Amino acid sequence: MKIRKYIKIYSLFLSTSIASELEYKTNVIIDFITAILSLVGSVFLLTIFFQNTDNIGGWNFEQALIIQGIYTILNGITNTWFNPNLTEIVKHIREGTLDFVLLKPLDSQFFISLNKLAPSGFLEIILGVVLLFYCIRINQININLSFLFLCITTLFCSIVILYSLWFLISTTTIWFVKTWNATEVLRSFLYIGRFPLNSFSFSLRIFFSIFVPIAFITTIPSEVFLGIAKPWEILFEVIVAGIFFTVSRRFWLFALKYYTSASS
Amino acid sequence: MEENIIQVENLSKSFDISSKKPGLKGTLKHFFKRETRSIEIIKNITFGIKKGEIVGFLGANGAGKTTILKILCGLIYPSQGKLSVTGNLPYKRRPNFLKNITLIMGQKQQLIWDLPPIESFYLNAAIYDIDKFEAKKRIKQLSDMLEIEKELYIPVRKLSLGQRMKSELLAALIHKPNILFLDEPTLGLDINAQRNLRKFLQIYNKETDATICLTSHYMKDITSLCKRVICIHEGCLTYDGKLEKLLKKISPVKDILFICKTDKDAKELSNSGFIIKNQNQKEITITIKKDSIKSTLKKILNKFEIEDLYINEPPVDEIIGNILVKEKV
Repeated sequence: MKIRKYIKIYSLFLSTSIASELEYKTNVIIDFITAILSLVGSVFLLTIFFQNTDNIGGWNFEQALIIQGIYTILNGITNTWFNPNLTEIVKHIREGTLDFVLLKPLDSQFFISLNKLAPSGFLEIILGVVLLFYCIRINQININLSFLFLCITTLFCSIVILYSLWFLISTTTIWFVKTWNATEVLRSFLYIGRFPLNSFSFSLRIFFSIFVPIAFITTIPSEVFLGIAKPWEILFEVIVAGIFFTVSRRFWLFALKYYTSASS
Repeated sequence: MEENIIQVENLSKSFDISSKKPGLKGTLKHFFKRETRSIEIIKNITFGIKKGEIVGFLGANGAGKTTILKILCGLIYPSQGKLSVTGNLPYKRRPNFLKNITLIMGQKQQLIWDLPPIESFYLNAAIYDIDKFEAKKRIKQLSDMLEIEKELYIPVRKLSLGQRMKSELLAALIHKPNILFLDEPTLGLDINAQRNLRKFLQIYNKETDATICLTSHYMKDITSLCKRVICIHEGCLTYDGKLEKLLKKISPVKDILFICKTDKDAKELSNSGFIIKNQNQKEITITIKKDSIKSTLKKILNKFEIEDLYINEPPVDEIIGNILVKEKV
């Protein structure tokens, strides 16, 4: 019953968000063009890196393209859901409109995380998927059920990690009021996810795996694609995703006790 | 005896507030070593509100009225005291409690800016578990009452402030709440829009027996809607009772305008020892204590030739304005 209610509400979020975005046609077209140019630019950058070398961190160009595909999908998800919703949390808290969210008989984290959507990010997701299919062909990867299951699982965990990190930072707004910069830093870190984890030094690998597991969220799904992921790595990603999500959820509920609402 | 739907006992709330000295030095000091101090915004307040009552919260800016409303609807945790709204602890924000209340803020909006209000209404209906058929019925009923049938399909950003406020009200009332918390609902509205909104709230209260807690700086909102008022001064409750009684208590006088027949009468009347508030040739306004109106009038009418007279209450705004800055009423 509860799940049906949430599905119904999410379908309304979808329709209202798409309708809101389509009110501004030119903006949608510009966003679509930006998404295409962004992918072309990234692939071009990657070709420059591989001009004088066959591999970076043990990955050749065709393999590195998988990371680019996964990065494009994640970036599309970021632009479709995280950016319109999670950056709004700061605004909700600063302007006190979080009041309306908290007074609804609905999970507040669900509401503020999913009530908006930018359809232009869909194109990036589609482009990322197309790029991945291209990579599957050029890397001669065999598709079977367990391959698909592992790909979807690791990709889903990557999305959860990214969401949880972003949500954790946004939640601190309840105390610090303005945290735009911190979420911008997180977006900058996400660019690092375009490169294989092995291309970094040992200390940076530790930093980007444990403290800010950004590189981790693209590298492990890419390794799964290539069939070189170790089982412990996949398990590790699932555990990290679970921990990050639980912590972000608990932190939000804890932080709400300190919400003082904006003055009228 | 009817039980209170809202019961507050010894309620207090403190906030940590940082202060900053002016200038660059003050800014740097504020950045590196922030001085915060705890301020008690609400101090030991006790009151109860019965079902169906309309209660006005009066107080100057920063007195603590909005904080009380936000504590009552569960947005802010109280620091101390006992609290019960419809038998619930508001800050737990349980779904059954939230389905019974609503908060309307004159300066904040929940409608989706780029879409017609009807989209937000159906979204709210789904959130409050109201099926589409019932939601349609309620939207029709409330839009008729609020006279916004045509505006339902126009994007919110293109509506006037008055139309937007009415739409906000509809969005906030679609789940038929038993308690309405209204924080300056008429803020920025023109006189006609204010009047329509007040009329709607009166009808809504009569038809649904909903309890209304209201803060407003427009005294007309208070005088036309609230029989009972609670005065707050610097976080303390200074008066809780009937508005009429408060006005009598605060203002035990009336102003009477006498229009004298001749200049001679006007001159003699102004020199006969009454408290003269205003004088304009043959028109003299005298302030008279309410309990001696009859005898004083008799005396004046017997002694002077009076062409006409008008009895006026001092403006309510003036009286209430005075009590807002008083520690005790």
